[in-house]
Amino acid sequence: MMATTDRVDAATEKKKATEAVLELQDVSVLYSGKPAVKKVSCTIWRNRITSIIGPSGCGKSTLLRSLNRMNDFVDGVTIEGSIQFAGQNLYGSDVDPVEVRRRIGMVFQKPNPFPKSIYNNISWGPGINGYSGSMDELVERSLQQAALWDEVKDRLKDSALNLSGGQQQRLCIARALAMEPQVLLMDEPCSALDPISTAHIEDLLFELQSRYTIVIVTHNMQQAARVSDYTAFMEMGHLVEFGETDQIFTRPEKKRTEEYVTGRFG
Amino acid sequence: MAFLDEQGQKNLAGRHRKARLFSLLCALVTWSSVLMLLVLLIRITMDGIGWLDLHFLTSFPSRFPEKAGLKSALVGTLWVILLVAVVSIPVGVSAALYLEEFSKRGRLGTLIEVNIANLAGVPSIVYGILGLAIFVRFFALERSLISGALTMSLLILPVIIIASREAIKTVPMSIRYAALSLGATRWQTTWHHVLPSAFPGIMTGVILALSRAIGETAPLILIGAASFVAFLPKNLMDSFTALPIQIFSWASRPQVEFQHLAAAGIIVLLAVLLLMNATAIYIRNKTEKRLK
Repeated sequence: MMATTDRVDAATEKKKATEAVLELQDVSVLYSGKPAVKKVSCTIWRNRITSIIGPSGCGKSTLLRSLNRMNDFVDGVTIEGSIQFAGQNLYGSDVDPVEVRRRIGMVFQKPNPFPKSIYNNISWGPGINGYSGSMDELVERSLQQAALWDEVKDRLKDSALNLSGGQQQRLCIARALAMEPQVLLMDEPCSALDPISTAHIEDLLFELQSRYTIVIVTHNMQQAARVSDYTAFMEMGHLVEFGETDQIFTRPEKKRTEEYVTGRFG
Repeated sequence: MAFLDEQGQKNLAGRHRKARLFSLLCALVTWSSVLMLLVLLIRITMDGIGWLDLHFLTSFPSRFPEKAGLKSALVGTLWVILLVAVVSIPVGVSAALYLEEFSKRGRLGTLIEVNIANLAGVPSIVYGILGLAIFVRFFALERSLISGALTMSLLILPVIIIASREAIKTVPMSIRYAALSLGATRWQTTWHHVLPSAFPGIMTGVILALSRAIGETAPLILIGAASFVAFLPKNLMDSFTALPIQIFSWASRPQVEFQHLAAAGIIVLLAVLLLMNATAIYIRNKTEKRLK
């Protein structure tokens, strides 16, 4: 635990001043009028990993899904407040949600590869978006970024469903990376994986943060402490505390945060 | 070795007996229906096999039984099935996709859903009356191939829609989310992922629906398919006949030779049906394998 904190300290020391990628201002998400996320305001910084923690049902996944408009597909959902991304409100009337999702990728809780070949899993997204470069190179690059290339390079034409759970999840990450998104949202990406696969993915996150901005929802506090630069603690739809990860875990300002991160509830 | 006390042993023995009895009953029911089908097939074959030859398949109907064949009925049936497939599959699958993927859930959706379920249960002769009123009279398509095919399409549309919707519902949401999160539109998600995944299930529904269409007689009689057609339909506006109608017409004649012709006709109808199903199942299995 001590070692982990040291590493996070060093990491935050190394890179201080950054620019905002997503700015949330009083964001509320309501399902059929019932609020699931209540007036959340915070900033997601470029090339940083931000984790969202909190007990089940606190609204962390809902908040994450509002960042790339995946909540649009839920019946009866309304969103209040504003989320600024590249100078525009994501929920502005002139914003095309398809374009939002193209720029802000997502990895889901359970690996969900398409029932297609490994190659086609990666190439489909760029294909429909009119990618004009060399598809073979893009596939290789994406798989390499997701640390999967060496394991699958000889069987790209095989079905993705034959991969193990951990490999499938890295394939899903590669698939998202192939779109070259600005932000990568991850919704408990390790919750369906064994510890070794989880370690793989966490290592991967360190590799990726130099190029991408990552927001990760996790119910595993150790994971949040290990991988993230910033941590948001949510409870009952409220953002209780937001700050640098080592501060949240070692010197939380709010009593509820302290109780949660020390395992007294949740 | 006994893990249970005496009462428990007795109890368990009784439960095992009940289970055996029930599975026996199930087997009996299954085999009796298979047996009945077998008896029917054997009788039809014995009656008709002697009359079934190339001449039978390639001759037009005649009032002399030894000269009669079902060329026009066979071709008519193949035409009707082809046209019905061309009309009802795209319309039915599109309707199912709209209802499952695009329309907002609400009162209107529920109303449409209930209506389609009811339509699937409407007797076929009612569709015949509908076809007569709409296609034959209102659109003035006459008693033609196209009238028959359109009427039959109406008849099986609800079946195709319901089966397709069920197949589409079994496609996991996670596949849709995966596609949408890559910046795909709803249409791209549906066309590239939902439809291919649902395809085997849709095919099953289509097979059932087309099998129903091939055997239906009532609506065709009502819209006025002729029973004595000594030519092949050259275009969609020609009059036509179909296998069930030809069989019905032969079976209602008093001469015993025509009864044999009817039996031979039934063999041909069953053969066409089985061939069609086999093709569809082959296509379905092939696509299923591709998805794995």
